[in-house]
Amino acid sequence: MNQEDDALVLGDHAYTSRLLLGTGKFASADVMARAVAASGVQIVTVALRRFDRDRPDDALLTPLLAMEGVTLMPNTSGARNAEEAIQAARIARELCGSRLVKVEIHPNPRHLMPDPIETYEAARVLAADGWLVMPYIPPDPVLAKRLEEVGCASVMPLGAAIGSGQGLASAELLKIIVREACIPVIVDAGLRAPSQAAAALEMGCDAVLVNTAVADAGDPPAMAAAFAQAVAAGRSARRAGLMPVGQEAQASSPLTAFLQGGERV
Amino acid sequence: MKILLNGEPYETVARFVSELIAEQAPAVRVAAVVNDRVVPAAEQATTALAEGDRVELLTFAGGG
Repeated sequence: MNQEDDALVLGDHAYTSRLLLGTGKFASADVMARAVAASGVQIVTVALRRFDRDRPDDALLTPLLAMEGVTLMPNTSGARNAEEAIQAARIARELCGSRLVKVEIHPNPRHLMPDPIETYEAARVLAADGWLVMPYIPPDPVLAKRLEEVGCASVMPLGAAIGSGQGLASAELLKIIVREACIPVIVDAGLRAPSQAAAALEMGCDAVLVNTAVADAGDPPAMAAAFAQAVAAGRSARRAGLMPVGQEAQASSPLTAFLQGGERV
Repeated sequence: MKILLNGEPYETVARFVSELIAEQAPAVRVAAVVNDRVVPAAEQATTALAEGDRVELLTFAGGG
């Protein structure tokens, strides 16, 4: 099927790639940039940090800005509440002018679970202010619907804990979110293998966001490309329509009796 | 003048936010927040610094 007529729509923007990539944890800015290029992603996340002239890892931005067709999605990581997340979004806009923002509020560094109450409040304020809000949330169908109602551009429920690589631990809840949602559902966090990304798209999720799975792979650019292929395959499968699950065997070859009849030539 | 720059005491001769940024000579764009107010790029050259100001200079880093 033609990918051109199957865009991921966020607000007034349409994207052909259904893979989003985080830029953290890469061994170098060069490896990160090659992973972005190899995967063909059109949205990459970045985080805010205090400028430190003794730590010139700010070199990240230069290769990203040089890439055509790559949109930056700043996250609000580090924010402990809605007020800090809103401030982070405003600072990020000064840096890149992007209306996309990943609202990410996880006050407990041990489990990094998103705070649904502060996330909802930040998303409500930012969406009303014209942002394309992409909230990182627990896999909660009610919260997802409430965020849709306040005007979020998508919801990004977790597959499993950030960086855990436990895959689609939340699969059954994700299916409910997908069934109810009228905005894109993007699985964010927890994925380890491209097969899990394909499974997410097959169950109807609109896209996935990965970071550690690529950054910590043996060959990050190759893994980024593998995720891109898996996401495309999963989406094609979803659109093609999966066969139903059956209770019994159903022969796919004709069961004619040529073996019993002794009529073999 | 003494200010608090990114949480640390800092002595500067900069009179405006733009001069403070120039003093840091960042290779990439930085955003400035003075006493919790985000200073738009267009106002950095006219936003004066005062003794004891809390200034945050921020940029992008890798993140998921």
